[in-house]
Amino acid sequence: MTTLIALIPALPLLSFLMIVLFGRLLPKRVVAASAVGSVSIAAVFTVIAGIALLSLPGNEKVIASRVYTWMSAGGLTASVAFVLDPLSLVFCFVITLVGALIHLYSVEFMGREEGFNRFFAYMNLFVGSMLILVLADNLLLLYMGWEGVGLCSYLLIGFWYKVPENGFAARKAFVVTRIGDTAMIIGLFLLFASFGTLNIHDLMEQASSKWISGSPLAVISALLLLGGALGKSAQLPLHTWLPDAMAGPSPVSALIHAATMVTAGVYLITRTHVLFALAPAVMTTVAVIGAITLLVSGFSALAQTDLKRVLAYSTISQIGYMFLAMGIGAWSAAVFHFMIHAFFKALLFLSGGAVIHLLNDEHDIFRMGGLRKKMPVVFYTFLAGAASLSALPLITAGFYSKDQILWFGWSSAASNHWLWAAGITGAMLTSLYTFRLVFITFFGELKTQPGHKPGRYITIPLVILALLSLAGGFIELPENIGPVHLFSRLFDGVLPEVKSAMIATPESLFQLMSGLISIAGVYFAYLLFLKKSPIVKFRKNRLYDFFYSGWKFDKLYDILFVKPVVWFSEIDRHDFIDNVYTSVARLTGLLNSLISKTQNGRLRWYVLFLAAGVVVLITIMISL
Amino acid sequence: MEIQILFAGLLFLTGLVGFLVRRNIIFMLLSIEIMLNSAALVFVIAGAHWMQADGQVMFIFILTVSAAEVSVGLALILQMYHRFKTLDADALSNLRDKQTSEDL
Amino acid sequence: MILLVIILLLMAGGIFAWIAGKKNPLASRIISLVSVIISLIIVLVLFFQAGQVNSREWLIEYSSMWVKRYGIGIHLSLDGLSLLMLTLTLFIGMLAILISWKEITLNTGFFHFNILLILSGISGVFLSTDLFLFYFFWEVMLIPMYFLIAIWGHENRIYASFKFFIFTQASGLLMFLAILGLYLIHGRNTGVYTFDYQQLIGTEMSPAMGLVLMSGFLAAFLVKLPAFPFHNWLPDAHTEAPTAGSLILASLMLKTGAYGLIRFAVPLFPDAAVTFAPLGMILGVAGILYGAKLAYAQTDFKRLVAYTSVSHMGFVLLGVYSFNVIAYQGVVMQMIAHGISTGALFIIVGQLSERLHTRDLNRMGGFWEKAPAMGAMGLVFSMASLGLPGLGNFVAEFLTLAGTFKSSVLFASLASLGLIAATIYSLRIMQKVFYGKKAGDHNIRDLSVRESVVMGLLVIAILVTGLIPQPVIDKAKPAIERSVSAKEHLYVTIKHHSDNTTNSGNQYNELETGNK
Repeated sequence: MTTLIALIPALPLLSFLMIVLFGRLLPKRVVAASAVGSVSIAAVFTVIAGIALLSLPGNEKVIASRVYTWMSAGGLTASVAFVLDPLSLVFCFVITLVGALIHLYSVEFMGREEGFNRFFAYMNLFVGSMLILVLADNLLLLYMGWEGVGLCSYLLIGFWYKVPENGFAARKAFVVTRIGDTAMIIGLFLLFASFGTLNIHDLMEQASSKWISGSPLAVISALLLLGGALGKSAQLPLHTWLPDAMAGPSPVSALIHAATMVTAGVYLITRTHVLFALAPAVMTTVAVIGAITLLVSGFSALAQTDLKRVLAYSTISQIGYMFLAMGIGAWSAAVFHFMIHAFFKALLFLSGGAVIHLLNDEHDIFRMGGLRKKMPVVFYTFLAGAASLSALPLITAGFYSKDQILWFGWSSAASNHWLWAAGITGAMLTSLYTFRLVFITFFGELKTQPGHKPGRYITIPLVILALLSLAGGFIELPENIGPVHLFSRLFDGVLPEVKSAMIATPESLFQLMSGLISIAGVYFAYLLFLKKSPIVKFRKNRLYDFFYSGWKFDKLYDILFVKPVVWFSEIDRHDFIDNVYTSVARLTGLLNSLISKTQNGRLRWYVLFLAAGVVVLITIMISL
Repeated sequence: MEIQILFAGLLFLTGLVGFLVRRNIIFMLLSIEIMLNSAALVFVIAGAHWMQADGQVMFIFILTVSAAEVSVGLALILQMYHRFKTLDADALSNLRDKQTSEDL
Repeated sequence: MILLVIILLLMAGGIFAWIAGKKNPLASRIISLVSVIISLIIVLVLFFQAGQVNSREWLIEYSSMWVKRYGIGIHLSLDGLSLLMLTLTLFIGMLAILISWKEITLNTGFFHFNILLILSGISGVFLSTDLFLFYFFWEVMLIPMYFLIAIWGHENRIYASFKFFIFTQASGLLMFLAILGLYLIHGRNTGVYTFDYQQLIGTEMSPAMGLVLMSGFLAAFLVKLPAFPFHNWLPDAHTEAPTAGSLILASLMLKTGAYGLIRFAVPLFPDAAVTFAPLGMILGVAGILYGAKLAYAQTDFKRLVAYTSVSHMGFVLLGVYSFNVIAYQGVVMQMIAHGISTGALFIIVGQLSERLHTRDLNRMGGFWEKAPAMGAMGLVFSMASLGLPGLGNFVAEFLTLAGTFKSSVLFASLASLGLIAATIYSLRIMQKVFYGKKAGDHNIRDLSVRESVVMGLLVIAILVTGLIPQPVIDKAKPAIERSVSAKEHLYVTIKHHSDNTTNSGNQYNELETGNK
């Protein structure tokens, strides 16, 4: 079993190596088979390992697998070792399952691209790194997976490298996330300096025994780790890279920027929840950041015209929900929403990508329309994803996961009603912008003709993800509907339960409210965008521009950081220190030219100097 | 005796200043002669002071040397005139430091 | 004896290459390649034979009298650290000869003579434990490099070669004065006048004298490293040197400075080292950040990579003056990983300038299309430069920073900002050279077989140091402990820099030397 666990990340990595080294010699089919196959087999292994894990008795559901000692120097020891517990199991499951489906989709989507091999090499490397991230038993190996996924994100955003803008978007993503990563690595230094180990289990144990709640060191290290999470998960203030990351191919957006890499922050915080629990101030920060982010990006999504950018802001917003949940201590709710979100967001990106692909790379939704008759499968699957995202009541998985967060937002002891209010407003925004997207893209009159029909490698993953988006929620039902708690029970002993405050209002009232809000959002979207009722002139005013530009964060960062750094870098490009040394050289040259004027070849001058020298000497001799 | 040496010194100074001031190379040669003679004069004075003939012997030596040196000098001056068509001492400055372009 | 053989073999190879080169350039290349490969094989045999290097003793020693009157001997010693450095030297030396195969056509014999002489000088520096001999080899490294830059370099080579020569020679002379000072003081104290390293360790001297003498040594090593603000010979020297020259300069000669710090500057003057430490760390951080800032602004590709060298070596300076075992391991690893990764980047620059006859970044772009293999290599080593885990530089930078963090939170955190800066300049390389619109109609050809072999070896090296760093760490351990422990009885953290005999020093000692 231990080798099986080690194979889960190893298989995609081996496939990566094979494609890199031999890809040019192999036919396309073999490359595709290797890429898709390695992730699929990893998914199967995950399921097998999961069954083995869950059949372990008691609450200590952990399987460890050590490969070798990576480095051991003067007290710092880090191994390449993996640990499977329910948390990493859920993440592995999502990564491999959704990953495999996306790889399958990509075989057709990228089928005609000249960088086919390069694409699958990078994708496999990504899946391998992400799996290393979630399975790592120590923070250093986790950091390796963390940076690995950042690298693949950079490579895949800039996949179509001939267009310079893609390169800039990729660079932006890497640099912004690197800022978060640097905060995280300083956090690692702090943790190591305090406890002498980077093993997650040992760290959490020692932290809970040596640090008291609210101790400054705990707060600082939690804040630093949070910095890393903010970067990778594109939360305020390190969120500006994600909308631009849509420059990459749609499968990349689906896998990396929706389902997996951006959730790495969620994983990190959940994995080190003991540390965060020791710093309540930081927990509150997490929740507040989550709340603000979900609102800011929700409003931004309302104004976007690029299909993928709507979905990008939506992703930022939904991860805000996960952060909100974590901040109030609803750990398993956050992970539940992660899983469901992975399903429907990947679905949306894939079906949206299909729309873009079939319309010959048209991204602007205002140049689409009336597509529901032309591409029915894509439409219905997109609709399923949209419904789940909007958390339409009872029939979609999104309802169950988002509702759980909203309920805990009201009822949790650590939460306050402002957070709940933010969440519910966000829910309204979500269904509004989602169905704006649906109505403008698929309804109305046909503006661009689709080129061809989608093949089965595209449709099969779409259908599977649609089913998961609708039915995936039934494993975790709220109390008043049914006693099904398969998901949260997984985490007994791994993640703490939410502490609930005493409340009078019953849960069903809240469910009713959130259900009504989602449907209301759909209705308003219908009014505004389908029936074009003139309630609100929703075009081209200052507020619209503000939302369109993502609340002008890009401009702010440009003024605050980018321009000053570039200016600072360039003012001294010839290195003023050089002048210090060359001035010595120049001084010598100057002295040379001065003194050499005395060497003028004239006899009389020489004699003069001679005579003067003699006089000076005699004077000195006389005075001594 | 001091006055005599002073007089010799004055003579030397005359020769020196003459050498420095005059540009014509023959006058420079003349000035050198004056300087030499002043040095020889000091020897004579010393000989007179110490009542020995060696001073005057030295004077003969110096005279001899100066005669030889003058003849060589005059020959060189002739060459110089032949080459440079001038008797200006400052024309002979080929050993000066020529300011070539900076390497560094 | 074997140590002397290695050095003499290189010198002899150089002489034969020079003689042969007069008739046939190819012969000189082959002779020099063969002599380096033989030496490399000898060293690799030693490497794998070394096994468990737990003791603090030297692995191999060779000692003989040279000038008995003054206590100068030929004393060569090998321990884990010098073994690692020697392996790096010969490995990179071999690559340097391979990449100059087609590039150097003028005076090939003399060229290879110079290269081999430099290699033997560097080997001698890493092996000498007699201070006079050390200085001798220090100077031997210097003059052939001057020739290399001045004869086979690029447009501004005379300026660059002069600058390099004057900086390193002047600082070397200061070191020589310090050596003489140490020699005299030791002689006056004990009556034995010797230049031998083992005997000079622990020489008693007044703190002021210690500072003065250490400054002499530091002058040479800080200039060589190069540390801010003595770094500005490096961009010119690196840019104007031929590719092999840049490779040897960056990968090896800079490491002699770092080696000198670890082997000589710290152990010979422990008290002075502690006094200097805060300034050392400041200069280290300044180097990291200033080098990165300058790197980003360059339009000459080679100059950009040269400034990244300044930045990376800042980590070395920072780590050395943190007096922490973990940081020292990071420093040693950085010496090796930086040698490999920056060397590789210089080779790529050389390959590009061979094809394009320009180093101007503004005239490059979109080369991945026609030269994907070269692009992939550029990607690997740019990632190494920014410290991606899985490659050697990450291990180095992480260990250095984690160790330094224990000595000084402030400096370690500031230095971590260098990681962000490194990302910015490394990605600039990729974007400007390999991505983006295709520049002009340069028809770049992809890597040839010879070039692929060279790059392949480097990729393997950087991956091995990144994923399996333990052998390197184990080999370096005795030397590091010897260096750090020279101050055991005086150790205080930088924060608690007070008097020497504080008791709290011991408890930090445990943490620092990692005795668990």
